[in-house]
Amino acid sequence: MSVAVAPSRPRGIKGYIRNPWRRPRFLQATTILYLLWSLLPVVLAIIFSFNAGRSRVVWQGPSLTWWIRDPTDSILHDAAIKTAMVQTYKLSILTVLIAVPIGTLFAIGIDRWHGRPARTANFVMLLSFVVPEIILGVSLYILFTSLFANTIALGTNAQLLGLVSYQISYPVIIVRARLLSIGPEYEEAAMDLGATSGQAIRRVLLPLLAPAIFASVALVFADCVDDFVTVSALSGAADSETLAQKIYSAARASPTPEINAAATVMLVTTLLVIAVGVLFYKRFSRGQEFGGATDFAQL
Amino acid sequence: MFVLPFYVVFAVAFGSVDKVFRLPVPYYAPWWWSFGTFNQTLTKFYEYPHIYQDPLIRTFEYVIAASVICLVLGYAVAYYTARYATRYKGLILILLVSPFWISYLMRIYAWQGLLDAGGPINKLLQPVGFGDTRFLEGKPVTVILGLVYGYIPFMILPIYASLDRIQESLLEAGRDLGGSGASTFWRVTLPLSRPAILAGIVIVTLPMFGDYYTNDLLGTTKTSMFGNLIAQQREASGGSTQAASLVLILSVIVLLPMLYYLRETKRQVEQA
Repeated sequence: MSVAVAPSRPRGIKGYIRNPWRRPRFLQATTILYLLWSLLPVVLAIIFSFNAGRSRVVWQGPSLTWWIRDPTDSILHDAAIKTAMVQTYKLSILTVLIAVPIGTLFAIGIDRWHGRPARTANFVMLLSFVVPEIILGVSLYILFTSLFANTIALGTNAQLLGLVSYQISYPVIIVRARLLSIGPEYEEAAMDLGATSGQAIRRVLLPLLAPAIFASVALVFADCVDDFVTVSALSGAADSETLAQKIYSAARASPTPEINAAATVMLVTTLLVIAVGVLFYKRFSRGQEFGGATDFAQL
Repeated sequence: MFVLPFYVVFAVAFGSVDKVFRLPVPYYAPWWWSFGTFNQTLTKFYEYPHIYQDPLIRTFEYVIAASVICLVLGYAVAYYTARYATRYKGLILILLVSPFWISYLMRIYAWQGLLDAGGPINKLLQPVGFGDTRFLEGKPVTVILGLVYGYIPFMILPIYASLDRIQESLLEAGRDLGGSGASTFWRVTLPLSRPAILAGIVIVTLPMFGDYYTNDLLGTTKTSMFGNLIAQQREASGGSTQAASLVLILSVIVLLPMLYYLRETKRQVEQA
């Protein structure tokens, strides 16, 4: 962590009057304005989910109409939104259950296999971070409507496969980074003490990898809940539409604060999952050389 | 134990790209490939009535404008956070990171409401005389700002990370050797953060090239981008072949920056 360059110039009000545009101040104002600009719209959107009227821009007093009160158009009673919610969380949980274990094993695999296959695999993993998502989404759509047209229909299965193949790079990259920093010593020590390689992995390596695995679970889950491009390219009938898709289609028609409420539910879930992930990550990596939230964010 | 997932990932990662040509009457053998529809798609870029040309040019314009704004604004914010934010650094970092965990659609949706004809932004602008600007009716500015809003966090974080890593002693050395604050910045800080700037530019432009939801929510067909073409073709019945051709063209466009980014990442990993 860098310490700020100690300014020898006069601080406080006097310094401000002497040169109000001096760099730190100008930068400070920019940063504060940026943060407001980046977060205020979202905060307002959340507030408007409690609007009494049908508008999402003109405030007509607080109410829970769009959350629980309205018998058809509140998220508690709207069947379409409820279906979308179930679909969103179902996909996210299943993707985590599939992508994280496979990704972890895959990371261990790449870590052991040096040379060309490992390099290629690593390359592919990084690739899915930088490829515009529409390329992957539309390619998968084409795959499922042509080659697999008779085996895997568009809908939950296709969405799940799409999400898994897109998200698997998180666990691979995070777990692999962790493996690189752990080094082979602990496992070797365990085997010297008589553990089989399976025991060494289960009882030494996996506990050491726990922070990375938790981080992957949180990241994959949050990313799946928010995913729109892949999921919408691969969705079939209306019952496989997710919350993100509902927001999208409502936004293009005439949205009511109900959509704000649905988006808020999404936001709260992802933030909660990430917060829990950060906590676990910190707890499990305590006493080791890994840092907290910033590390986690940069992954 | 590792072979199967390894193989599956390969099959998925490469399979999806390979399948692109094989539609909707798939030709699975490369020697049977026909380039008829692909050519048809290509001609739409340069032959009258230029259905695809305008969106392509627009995409480049918007992406360049948005990345420049992202860079200038993002650099300032990253610089402040790395250098001067002492007490509130943790808080600022959390706030900088939080947009990552808010659905992109929700963030753009929020702006859609604010910019609405009767919305708050227009009310704010009323005293200045811009009270009824139709922001959402195909204004390039709106779409560009939407793109900036959506992707700027990706710019700030790498730049912040690199600025934070620059050692204080280097800057002090610059000052000791007689450099002014500005010349130390231009000759020490900026060159040291150059790799991060380039990485940031690549990482914000790549998703912008494929973006279509920003324009769907904030613009009209007057501001449609390359991603919109693909999305429209995919949704159109029988449009798969065209969508596939467009995806290929987009892949060619983004190939170079992508390879650059991957090579840089690899080099950094090897240096570490």
